[in-house]
Amino acid sequence: MRLITHSFPFTYKGETFYLVYHPYSNSLHSVDYKAYLVIKHKYEELSPQELADFSALDSADVLEIESEIAELEKQGLLGVDITFPYKKSDIVKALCLHVCHDCNLQCKYCFAKEGTYNTARDYMTEEVAKAAIDFLIAKSGSRKSLEIDFFGGEPLMNMKVVKFAVEYGREQAAKHGKEFSFTMTTNALLLTDENIEYLNREMDNIVISIDGRRDVHNRVRKTRNGADAYDLILSSAKKLRAVRGDKRYYIRGTFTAYNLDFSKDVLALADAGFDQISVEPVVLPQDNPMAITSDMVGKVLAEYDALAEAYIDRRMGGKWFNFFHFMIDLEEGPCIMKRLSGCSAGCGYLAVSPVGDIYPCHQFVGEADYRIGNVLDGTFDLAIPDKFGEITVNNKAKCESCFAKYYCSGGCVAASHYYEKDLLTPYGAGCEMMKKRLECSLGIYAVEKKFSK
Amino acid sequence: MKHISTIAKTERKSTVMGCGECQSSCQSACKTSCTVGNQTCKQEERINTTEKKTNI
Repeated sequence: MRLITHSFPFTYKGETFYLVYHPYSNSLHSVDYKAYLVIKHKYEELSPQELADFSALDSADVLEIESEIAELEKQGLLGVDITFPYKKSDIVKALCLHVCHDCNLQCKYCFAKEGTYNTARDYMTEEVAKAAIDFLIAKSGSRKSLEIDFFGGEPLMNMKVVKFAVEYGREQAAKHGKEFSFTMTTNALLLTDENIEYLNREMDNIVISIDGRRDVHNRVRKTRNGADAYDLILSSAKKLRAVRGDKRYYIRGTFTAYNLDFSKDVLALADAGFDQISVEPVVLPQDNPMAITSDMVGKVLAEYDALAEAYIDRRMGGKWFNFFHFMIDLEEGPCIMKRLSGCSAGCGYLAVSPVGDIYPCHQFVGEADYRIGNVLDGTFDLAIPDKFGEITVNNKAKCESCFAKYYCSGGCVAASHYYEKDLLTPYGAGCEMMKKRLECSLGIYAVEKKFSK
Repeated sequence: MKHISTIAKTERKSTVMGCGECQSSCQSACKTSCTVGNQTCKQEERINTTEKKTNI
């Protein structure tokens, strides 16, 4: 049995909130400074200053706090951690459908090499899309809710196949007692009025890529002929937002070494009228000038703190918006099985290339060693899904005593592969960012809870 | 309690097993830096059919 509890201060407008997060119970405690010291002394390591303060505590106070800790331990809300057993599943429930390995932008940081994934520019045919949907239904067992994300390259460049897949998917879902959720990740460049009407009707979620401020976006995301595209993309995204109502969408940006002050990009997107925003660190080899290198991580963490403060201000000041990485559900949230397995890449979630090749996820597409099979010829090498099915947070040594382990599930498996060259070793810099985002999420929760009373 | 106030906790009994019907986390928004703890339970979603306008 391990004892995992994370005690940390969170500051908002000069006021410090002492918080204690217990991952096992997913509970959050707001404590006074004395209790913070006693709890941290019991489960973690105090800093020299904290140790001095702890030593100066009145013994009666310490006894009182220890009694409160004992009560919470009895309720399972502090201290205890056990290893939840994981039940492996061979059900496939989600496909990332690469309908197009071509793109009308040439983003400098694109992990997909301008949409081509280091292969020839290629477009999925209706035959491949049909086979992919048949494959998903056949592998979905008793699962009712199935998902298809139209991805690329730029999926709007192959709308004919998108429309075919949606129609065929809905038809087959009705026959087999399934429900399809369709989503699309697009750069919005081809968002005509007709496309907006169609996507708004058929897609359960639409993810639009915009990087924030105009100069930030235009610096790294040019059209194929080298032109700036920010104004056109923003205008189209606003049109879609205007008709979207309460249906799900995200404005999704990427930050790089060029804009470590990315909180300004998040706020710029909020100022542009969007209320569902995700801005995420770039995925690039460390020798790329845009990569987030280890020496930049401190700056990134400080930026998350700055964003958290501005985020609370906006939300409490009548300018509510949601930042994807500050979302947390402490009352319910995902089940333990999901928290253990994460994205389920390579087993529950797979990617299909334009020619029908199956890979563990979109980031593995084009990697010959990770080709699982093909939806057209019916090949499916179980060795890779079996291997990926064993990747849970329980099997990652680095995660064992981490307070964020039931929040990130050990992180992105593709990041582990590319940065750490080992599927079971979480990407180090990613871990630091994830832990900071979790602290911010918990701090935001505590502050909003206090001021909403 | 005088020093410690529990401001949130999860009803663990309803979240251990899982039905597998929820959205794959990588399909939600990220595609690169996956987060799982911020996903919504499908069962809960069916009860609350609209997105929560809170810290989730």
